[in-house]
Amino acid sequence: MKLRVLAAMSGGVDSAVAAARAAEAGHDVTGVHLALSKNPQTYRSGARGCCTIEDSRDARRAADVIGIPFYVWDMAERFHEEVVEDFYSEYAAGRTPNPCLRCNEKIKFAAVLDRAMALGFDAVATGHYARKDSDGLLRRAVDPGKDQSYVLAVLTPAQLAHSMFPLGDTPKDRVRLEAQERGLAVARKPDSHDICFIADGDTSGFLKRRLGSETGEIVDAATGEVLGDHDGAHQFTVGQRHGLGLQRPAENGKPRYVLSITPVDNRVEVGPREALQVEHIRTGEPVWLAPERTGPFEAEVQLRAHGEVYPATVTADEQGLAARLHRPAYGVAAGQALVVYDPDAEAGDAVLASGTIDATRSPAAADESVEAAGV
Amino acid sequence: MAYLDHAATTPMLPQALDAYVRTARELGNASSLHASGRAARRIVEESRERIGEALGAKPSEVVFTGSGTEADNLAVKGLHWARRGAGRNRIVTTSIEHHAVADAVAWLGDHEQAEITQLPADKFGRVCVEALDELLADHASEVTVITAMWANNEVGTLQPVEEIVALAAPHGIPVHTDAVQAIGHTPVDFAAGGADALALSGHKLGGPAGVGALLLKRDTKCTPLLHGGGQEREIRSGTLDVPGIAALAEAVDLAVRTRDSEARRLTDLRELLVDRVLAIEPEAVYNGDPEHRLPGNAHFSFPGCEGDALLMLLDAAGVECATGSACSAGIAQPSHVLLAMGAGEQDARSSLRFTLGWSSGEDDVEALAAALPEAVERARSAGLS
Ligand SMILES: Cc1ncc(COP(=O)(O)O)c(C=O)c1O
Repeated sequence: MKLRVLAAMSGGVDSAVAAARAAEAGHDVTGVHLALSKNPQTYRSGARGCCTIEDSRDARRAADVIGIPFYVWDMAERFHEEVVEDFYSEYAAGRTPNPCLRCNEKIKFAAVLDRAMALGFDAVATGHYARKDSDGLLRRAVDPGKDQSYVLAVLTPAQLAHSMFPLGDTPKDRVRLEAQERGLAVARKPDSHDICFIADGDTSGFLKRRLGSETGEIVDAATGEVLGDHDGAHQFTVGQRHGLGLQRPAENGKPRYVLSITPVDNRVEVGPREALQVEHIRTGEPVWLAPERTGPFEAEVQLRAHGEVYPATVTADEQGLAARLHRPAYGVAAGQALVVYDPDAEAGDAVLASGTIDATRSPAAADESVEAAGV
Repeated sequence: MAYLDHAATTPMLPQALDAYVRTARELGNASSLHASGRAARRIVEESRERIGEALGAKPSEVVFTGSGTEADNLAVKGLHWARRGAGRNRIVTTSIEHHAVADAVAWLGDHEQAEITQLPADKFGRVCVEALDELLADHASEVTVITAMWANNEVGTLQPVEEIVALAAPHGIPVHTDAVQAIGHTPVDFAAGGADALALSGHKLGGPAGVGALLLKRDTKCTPLLHGGGQEREIRSGTLDVPGIAALAEAVDLAVRTRDSEARRLTDLRELLVDRVLAIEPEAVYNGDPEHRLPGNAHFSFPGCEGDALLMLLDAAGVECATGSACSAGIAQPSHVLLAMGAGEQDARSSLRFTLGWSSGEDDVEALAAALPEAVERARSAGLS
């Protein structure tokens, strides 16, 4: 069936090939570059970001080569409110957000998709590496190194129904080759890795400029002893080992890790790696991409982008998902998503549900909230 | 396809295209002394004479440039630089100029501390001359140059250039007018108009893009922008584009000769377009001056719709038009012209410009009328996000 497809084109190789494939499949494709920055820089520096004017030109050039109309949509204000502000407030609350996931949830497959639908489009196509099967399930991409199903797991079934991921069945190096064969100049453009709105890659500086650099204490979680100070709890992520700046090594000479962050008193607790062990995880309100279940059922869970996968027993209700890992995870940060997969080596693991991690519990410690939630 | 964007660029007139192709086959640098050079120079000088003749200028007052933008920059910067001095560093401009003038003026302000006075416009997009009168009463000696366009490129409003000239003349202040949109559409006579400088551009009147001219009075001092061979009165350097100039002359000549009949034809066609649009979308606001406007210009605001969305939907339906708003960093900005006319940001973002030209016919208007209802409905449901 011929669909009217809006191809989101960042100016990178993936979204260009995705747009080309959608057009080649016979769809009526229009390319749109999302302007996400209020003050875009003229040129890209290094491999960072995707919001410069040069990126917009690269996207336009690719659209011209593919032979599709191309427009720039100004999403800067929405992006700032929904993604950048969320990024700040999550860090300020001691959590570790994933802005790409938030952008998919609030911008690409919400604001952009809504606008596209109102304008008469049937679907939004992106260069994400993920597959959609004939039952409408979201599955991991063929290329395990590039799989982005994790950052798409926040979509609702309705959003997913109007999404297209033309690259899910192809390894990245093949996509680059194809770009070259199609005469797309972005074929050799480096991938962007960093957070697109932090142009210089200095996340800590970016947070400091907004959230300030108030001095706080770094405390030994077991003894309560003050080990040193820091200039802003928002600089830290649970599980972080480097950059603590502690003068004195631990008694046993083993490295210390960030165990918890308490923004109210600007306090960072540290301790040994064992104390990072987590077996129970609880999330906020879940999004189901497959028929809802209450469980308990066996599945695999992933706790951050490109992170390890853990076998787990999962239960669910309206308030959230609860996972009991069969093997402990280390350094699980609140604010990241817990994504539940139904493993399938052949067709690709299918995303069942996701939720934002809000509480964890180690095998030893007893955490009331998690206990009460029935994990 | 219906092309309703003639103010952006209009197709070359067949005669101009012929002149271009014919001339482009010939060899010759118009500055060379040998036979080929002489042949090229003859074409250039004949073109100069034809353009002068068509526009009421002496041949020596025609300075060829590489675009309308260059002609505007040369006039604004050149006249300002030539007259700037102790106690005199002020440029008077209007709030509705094209970027070719507006940004040249702003650059002089930002980089050379020129003082800038912007004359306001009324709700029809017509510059308020009273403001100039007041300014000159006290500050005439500070002013280096006054620059005011002949016809606005977005809303099509014709401007009171002759009144501005009349106010400036007693003070000896030179006036530049950007007549890029006016030539061939409305009567323009350089000598009678009294401006010191006037910019025109090939591709807006049926000639090629990349060639333009500045009509510049012989005794008006103008500091060059481009230094080099001094080909054009030592005011503009660069080897002349002989085919471009030949085609420009052909186009100017033809556009001016057919101007009155074309203006009547296009005015009728525009009225048809306006009727159609307002019948389809009674809430649409017809912007600009209903009477004193370019014959081929129809400019609307569509409340609740984003101009960009309408443009995309019409484009998909084979109807080409413009939002009129400039792009800043690839992002559409609300039009400074509409803002100057007192429109709110939302109205300024919901506007669309349809412009007709020599190749336009009723079928173009009907194509728009056929595509517009669905486009408006969809754009409205997408809203002003
Ligand atoms: C009023 C006006 N002035 C100047 C220009 C610039 O002319 P050109 O495109 O030849 O540089 C234009 C064209 O967009 C125009 O409409």
